[in-house]
Amino acid sequence: MSELVKNEAAQNMVTLTIDDHTMSVPEGTLVVDAARSIGLDIPVFCYHPKMEPVGMCRMCLVEIGTPMRDRTTSEPILEDDGSPKIQFFPNLMTGCTFRASEGMVVRGYTEKVTAARKEVLEFLLTSHPLDCPTCDKGGECPLQNLTMQFGDGESRFIYDEKMHSAKHVALGDLIFLDRERCIQCARCTRFQDEIVDDQVIGFSNRGRALEIVTFSDPGFDSYWSGNTTDICPVGALTTADFRFGARPWEMNASASICNHCAVGCNLTFNTRREVKSGGEKIIKRVMPRQNEAVNEIWICDKGRFAYHFTASDQRLNQPLIRKDGKLVPSSWELALDLVTSRFKNAGENLVTLAGGRLSNEDLFNLAELSAHLGGDALLYSDMAGGDLVSRLGVGEGTNFSDMGPETAILVVACNLEEEAPLWWLRIKQAAERGAKVIVANPRKTKLDRSAIHNLRYEYGQEAGLVTALLSAISPKQPKSPAFVNKLAKDKEVKAAAKALSEAENTVILFGSEGTSYAASAALAQACANLLIASGHIGRPNNGLIGVWDKGNAQGAWDMGLRPSEDLDAALKTSQAVYISAADPAGDSKQYASALKKADFVVVQELYMTATAELADVVLPAQAFTEREGTYTSGERRVQRFYPAVPSLPDLLPDFGITAEIAGRLGLELEKTAPASVMLQIAEVVPDYAELTYQKLAKVEKQFPLIGREDVYYGGTSYQNSQGLGVQLKPAAQNGDSPVLVITELPEVKLSGEELLAVPVTRLLDLGNTVTPSEVLVTRLAKPHVALHPQDAEKLGVEWGSKVKLILNGSTQTVLVEFDNSMPHGVVLVPRSLGIPIISPTPATIKVL
Amino acid sequence: MTALQDKHEKEIKHILAKYPTDEKRSAVMPLLYIAQRKAGYVTKQDMLEIAELLSISTTEVASIVGFYTLYHDKSGGKYRIQVCNDLPCALRGSGQFLEELCENLGVQVGETSSDGILSVEAVMCLAACDKAPMFQVQSHSDISYHENQTVESALQTIEKWRAEETDK
Amino acid sequence: MSKVKGSRILLRHRDIPKLDKLDVYLEDGGFESFKKAVTKMKPDKVTEIVKDSGLRGRGGAGFPTGVKWSFIDANNWPHYVVANADESEPGTFKDREIMEQNPYQFFEGVMLSAYAIQANDAYIYLRGEFWDLAHELDKKIKKLEKSGYLGKKLFGTDYSLNLYTHLGAGAYICGEETALLESMEGKLGQPRLRPPFPPSFGLFGKPTVVNNVETLANVPLIIEKGAKWYRKFGTERSPGTKVFSLSGNVNKPGNYELPLASTFRELIFKHGGGIPDGHAIKAIMAAGASSSLIVANDEALDTPMDYESVQNVGGMLGSASVIVIDETVDISWLVNKTVHFFKHESCGKCTPCREGVFWMSHLTERIDNGSGSREDIVLLQDVANNIQGKCLCALGDFSTQAVVTGIERFPEDFKAKVSPNQAARIKINE
Ligand SMILES: Cc1cc2nc3c(=O)[nH]c(=O)nc-3n(C[C@H](O)[C@H](O)[C@H](O)COP(=O)(O)O)c2cc1C
Ligand code: SF4
Ligand code: FES
Repeated sequence: MSELVKNEAAQNMVTLTIDDHTMSVPEGTLVVDAARSIGLDIPVFCYHPKMEPVGMCRMCLVEIGTPMRDRTTSEPILEDDGSPKIQFFPNLMTGCTFRASEGMVVRGYTEKVTAARKEVLEFLLTSHPLDCPTCDKGGECPLQNLTMQFGDGESRFIYDEKMHSAKHVALGDLIFLDRERCIQCARCTRFQDEIVDDQVIGFSNRGRALEIVTFSDPGFDSYWSGNTTDICPVGALTTADFRFGARPWEMNASASICNHCAVGCNLTFNTRREVKSGGEKIIKRVMPRQNEAVNEIWICDKGRFAYHFTASDQRLNQPLIRKDGKLVPSSWELALDLVTSRFKNAGENLVTLAGGRLSNEDLFNLAELSAHLGGDALLYSDMAGGDLVSRLGVGEGTNFSDMGPETAILVVACNLEEEAPLWWLRIKQAAERGAKVIVANPRKTKLDRSAIHNLRYEYGQEAGLVTALLSAISPKQPKSPAFVNKLAKDKEVKAAAKALSEAENTVILFGSEGTSYAASAALAQACANLLIASGHIGRPNNGLIGVWDKGNAQGAWDMGLRPSEDLDAALKTSQAVYISAADPAGDSKQYASALKKADFVVVQELYMTATAELADVVLPAQAFTEREGTYTSGERRVQRFYPAVPSLPDLLPDFGITAEIAGRLGLELEKTAPASVMLQIAEVVPDYAELTYQKLAKVEKQFPLIGREDVYYGGTSYQNSQGLGVQLKPAAQNGDSPVLVITELPEVKLSGEELLAVPVTRLLDLGNTVTPSEVLVTRLAKPHVALHPQDAEKLGVEWGSKVKLILNGSTQTVLVEFDNSMPHGVVLVPRSLGIPIISPTPATIKVL
Repeated sequence: MTALQDKHEKEIKHILAKYPTDEKRSAVMPLLYIAQRKAGYVTKQDMLEIAELLSISTTEVASIVGFYTLYHDKSGGKYRIQVCNDLPCALRGSGQFLEELCENLGVQVGETSSDGILSVEAVMCLAACDKAPMFQVQSHSDISYHENQTVESALQTIEKWRAEETDK
Repeated sequence: MSKVKGSRILLRHRDIPKLDKLDVYLEDGGFESFKKAVTKMKPDKVTEIVKDSGLRGRGGAGFPTGVKWSFIDANNWPHYVVANADESEPGTFKDREIMEQNPYQFFEGVMLSAYAIQANDAYIYLRGEFWDLAHELDKKIKKLEKSGYLGKKLFGTDYSLNLYTHLGAGAYICGEETALLESMEGKLGQPRLRPPFPPSFGLFGKPTVVNNVETLANVPLIIEKGAKWYRKFGTERSPGTKVFSLSGNVNKPGNYELPLASTFRELIFKHGGGIPDGHAIKAIMAAGASSSLIVANDEALDTPMDYESVQNVGGMLGSASVIVIDETVDISWLVNKTVHFFKHESCGKCTPCREGVFWMSHLTERIDNGSGSREDIVLLQDVANNIQGKCLCALGDFSTQAVVTGIERFPEDFKAKVSPNQAARIKINE
């Protein structure tokens, strides 16, 4: 990586001069980066600060000279005036490949240099269609901008002799290629290769006929494809979503945070008023917003394309009350009064169930209301350990980009690219810098490619595996089950344990591949034990991270909500249930029937979910794109999001609705200003004590410089001007010294001929906020399960065929995929594809 | 095991042995030659299998096919007659040779005869400049040189193949 | 002792029948140098002798071979030797003759260079069209393995060596050493950024020596007979003999091995038998299609063909592929031909070459077919100048040599092709 290194003291600094500016940079800094760091332009096309230089486009040619030295004495040779004599290379050199050395002199504006720029631009334009007026990139196009700045006004190339190529090539369902506009800079292919390790696009042919092709099935098969449209320096790559959608200058930009997973990528929503939407402002596209400590300048395709739910015409727009068995429209007053009276009656028998996509402010108010009545505030999640993360989470100042050989990273029970794509990316890059990555999972995942140790275990043994690592480090543990002792003797396990314990820094990420709530609790505790025993807590780049299933699950834990160990029973026995941003009935028939048994159900939602269908009162809420709030990421970074579009007139934010109910119950909660809710949070939740909205909005200079004037350099990602957020200190960093807690390891038992169905996560699932995005439809996973090919053979099932899956009392037709890295006797069942699975459970497969 | 591997197991093993075990990608070009033997061009299925064998992506294999002129992704004549018409040969009359050859065969440069037996291509220097006019023939199985040619001698050779093919 | 007749070191097969048979080659003293080196010499000693001989690379650039070997990074292992048998420069056909008819001497050269840098694996990268030849070489490599000249623990020492062929598939650019290495790694044959150079970062990222076939074929006799003996041929700065590939308008085209610094006149008229049909010689391209056009006047004809002197008449010796052009040839036609070659062969990686050569091809085509204008000539020259010095590898510059020198040195040929009355074709895009 060519990034200017932050820790300048540790680097050997050199002084160089670029066009009369003398500056000091770490030795080895590329000339273009040095220039960029003080705002000087050396134009580039193929160079991108996040990728290795290739020096292909030749746009960055400059004059470069170095101090002459006497051959025999190696003393510097001086000019008559005593200044060092500089010897310039006879040819122009590429600034993107040349590294700064002491005394170097760079000339970026001589006649020779400006002529070369003009010539290279002229060459590029000979093949370019010059269709700027109809090009999506117009207005944020490096080629257009640099031509205006350095190019010639007229063309000497005969237009008729231009090579014509295909203009609307669908590289996949999400990305279109205009072959005529492509300038062969290879940024997209290098991104796919170097950065995300999906070599699904490449160059074919050669010379002037060089063109981008894809041969993956489906085309451009990668979760990262949208990023190539940001870094494409021309309008060759566009998204199927935004193509012909708007001109960049017509749009507003508002800062936001992605809430699809626990990473918390910083986003910018581009919005515009449209006739189509009755003159209302709508979201036109999602762009990454730079935060070098979170997502750098990248986002995954889910974050980029799964935003259409805001504008969905299925949105709830008024309160509903059940009358004669039917939900009918109601006024807010009526609905709220009804809710209030029933909640009052329920008292401590009120069960509050909230989803992890709510903001901290929403969750805080929910928790306060629940506490006021003495009821239970539950988080709708099957993952445990958020309390451990609050105590032992990664220390303030943690940044994957800083991790290298001194750091070990354990990722357990997790398919990281599917569960938290950006963390996969950043851990992969840490591995490339030398970090020791250990992946423990029952089957292969993409992160295996970056790992020095791949540890396999049986589903259900995840906590055991981590305990085995612990006993390999400190053998004086209480007696463990036999399988743990066996694992502890494994050579790979031992080597991994050594790497983890000996590393200066260790981070552990635990996910939810194949786990139940109980298994997750045991796993989180085992991970915590391992970190405590090896002393890797309470410091930056050390500690525990939960790879949560929802964007603000950690915030929910911090606000005091907890998953229920037996949600079914909790629902059944309640007198009133208050559900917000969760759809248990949609996930499981069991929950649905439990809800049917509940006395009174209130659902606060965006849509008519299966759960809302069962409600007595439905309260319509604003989407996060329509209001303000904060989320807490898995790394416990609290970040602000801002309203991007106005909400429908009759909707309230979740915390506002809750405050309305609370007010009627005699509890004063903030209902309009989320900043004020944050002030209350700061009073009640110790870790949040220092937080204010102002602090969360602070920014500092990021490298590489990204932004609107720099589109030629970093791409069209947005600069961060509205807040980098604040990373919380875990209790361990505040002097808390935790001790090991040895818990019993859960076991999963199977009977007879059955298979064990285990839940796994797919990024592009059929979640409520995903499916309204039409562009994504073909990319979403279809209801399917995965089997080991040998098991499939035994069952007589072929790849791609349909089978009957019987589990949890329901029967469903699903497609079959194979995975030859998974254990035998298991069937993998992805969550959120409409197949009811919450915990590992026995299942039967029948051939159709 | 892929079909390609099934059929040419020994040969593929021999090829892979030439390169360090973690650099087996180097075998992509030799394997493409094997794949091409079947039909004179590389099919998408071949690319898939080669990709799997070498743990690279199909797109990477396809890129190679696109870059190098001796690989084809479409069928052509069973015998691809590739006449060198580069500068040194052209100075010795290869242009006229090519023209007359095409006339006699009734096939234009870049085209395939209606019986699918031959196509004629004009190619760049083949390192036989002192023996112009000359051509090479890329058949399904190999490449051979034919030097110091006249139109007559070339036609004779070509007719021989034609006869062999129609006999089959 | 290997027999050498006159100045024939590389084309000795012309003097020794069946030198391509292993027993004949052995009988002539073949592989004695290799055996001596492996059993009795320190690797550095081999490099030192080659350095002293002054042997320069025959692939085109003329870089001192021994010096290149001494750049090999000794802190990074393994090392590789790659013989460049891509031979695709139009007008070059010397490596093919050496490999077909004097293959063992070439092998021995490869093996000596491998020993010198302590490589245990050496590859021969042949252009794909050398299909038959590659299969012949494979058979001969097998023979060498059977006879104990290749394989494990050679001659009872700890030194092991394997030799492999690797076929390209039709791409001139793969002769450029870094593109060749990319190609060998199973990638597109596009040049790498340099530095780092192959001796520090080569095949599979390991230190690698890339040498031309002819370069390597010199080594066995240099080791056998010594640097001083080798320096009897040629000049102080361009020692040794060179195989000149003579082609074009000449009575006896073919390879001629002569001491460096023999004159063009000697090659073309004495050995090549002069120009056919009594025509006069007009121009010479000394290094294939990549070279500038030298006006074939007496001064040029009497120029010694060595690396320095050819530069004095506005050319380069390069790979010494001498293309003779007689008075009947229209230079604008010729330039169109060379530009089309480069258009076909540009790898497309860097802008000036990819776009510039494509542009030039339109201009030369138009000029050649008579539809060009005077402005087209000026523009052509300008485009060529704009390509120069800006490309990632040398191919871009190569593509402009004939263009620039053709227009400069044979302006009449261009002027005659364009009608002075024709309206300017350069127009501003609507
Ligand atoms: C476009 C291009 C094509 C080349 N083609 C060949 C070639 O066909 N054979 C060759 O030996 N060298 C060729 N070279 C030179 C090689 O890059 C390299 O310099 C040479 O193989 C080194 O060997 P030597 O030192 O023995 O000459 C070519 C260079 C360029 C830039
Ligand atoms: S000069 Fe031509 S051949 Fe060389 S890198 Fe550039 S495009 Fe490729
Ligand atoms: S060559 Fe330097 S930016 Fe492309």
